Amino acid sequence: MKDLLTDAVQTLRIFLQGLGQLGLFFVNLLIYSPRTLIKRPQLIIRQVYNSGAMSMTIILTCGLFVGMVLGLQGFDTLQRFGAEEALGTFAALSLVKELGPVLTALLFAGRAGTALASEIGLMRATDQLAAMEMMAVDPIRRVVIPRFLGGVISMPLLTAIFNMVAIFGAFLVGVAFMGVDEGAFWSQMYANVAVADINQGIIKSVVFGIVVSLLAVFEGYNSVPTAEGVGRATTRTVVISAIVVLILDYMLTAALIG
Amino acid sequence: MKQTRAVEVGTGLFVLLGFGALFFLITQTTGLNQEIGTKGYKITARFENVGDLKIRAPVTISGVTIGRVTDISFDADRLNAIVKMTIAPQYDQLPDDSEAAILTAGLIGGQYIGLTPGGSDTHLENGSEVEFTQSAVVLENLIGKFLSGVGSK
Repeated sequence: MKDLLTDAVQTLRIFLQGLGQLGLFFVNLLIYSPRTLIKRPQLIIRQVYNSGAMSMTIILTCGLFVGMVLGLQGFDTLQRFGAEEALGTFAALSLVKELGPVLTALLFAGRAGTALASEIGLMRATDQLAAMEMMAVDPIRRVVIPRFLGGVISMPLLTAIFNMVAIFGAFLVGVAFMGVDEGAFWSQMYANVAVADINQGIIKSVVFGIVVSLLAVFEGYNSVPTAEGVGRATTRTVVISAIVVLILDYMLTAALIG
Repeated sequence: MKQTRAVEVGTGLFVLLGFGALFFLITQTTGLNQEIGTKGYKITARFENVGDLKIRAPVTISGVTIGRVTDISFDADRLNAIVKMTIAPQYDQLPDDSEAAILTAGLIGGQYIGLTPGGSDTHLENGSEVEFTQSAVVLENLIGKFLSGVGSK
């Protein structure tokens, strides 16, 4: 009984310590981010390429098929109420407000988050970070911040691309395969999607971008410098990102909808 | 150097596509006619019952959207609802004896205000009130009337 209690306290202490480290790490990043943004834009462009441009394949493919399945499912459900004309609204609203930001964040964690975590983790394991410190180069500013900012910049753009492709996918299935009227598809969408809905999606994607990028660089930077440690950091990035993104999604929706 | 250039071009392409998609979402999926209702003159109308009418519901004449509902409130003195509407400035020649009715778009569609033009020579202008109104049809009342009608036969 006493052992169990000590174990629980120990676990709680480790959890709180991790949370504290993450918070301090985030503050540290925020303090140095503006300076990097102005003085070393070249480094950030490189990371936007790595995180954003390199994620295009997965985003385009997944976006198209998510949109197509939405078109199929939406059509099947809506036609029971004789409302298949509302397919455009249904697809656009569910994508822009919910599926777009969340799925992009999960895919982003899987494609770019893991790459960031393992890259930084390997730098730690092969003592590259220590070598930089020896040369009086701050690895936070040189390595971590460009990767963090690259991810933060890429996420909203990837979400927008995902949404656009997915709406096209829904259009393809709904209008071309299932025979929903093309005019009704678009005009119902025009009438029912407001700029506020788009903004809600953008806010979500920015928050998710910060969360996923932060977790990835944090896990990589604090990984145990062994092969196993790097592997574990990569796994933790995906798992924790997925959990946090889905929890935050509910909170953000509740806050933005009210 | 060559590789850096490829990276830059790739990044540029990605950023361009991203902002292009954002632009597409904002202009192509949301109604462009949303500027109707932000500018123009304001008129009011009193209804016994506004039903399910919502703020931003369209105001139409002959089926064409010419404005939007901007405010719905209850007047405690005269015990009816006041609906404020903004009509686009190019439609400033509506007769002041026009009739406003709360209608429903389709079976499960939202409610909107339909104006039927009258024959007067004077026009509605900023601040004027539409005098002839027709309340929303509340389905429950209709069913109630129908049932009591059936019962009395």
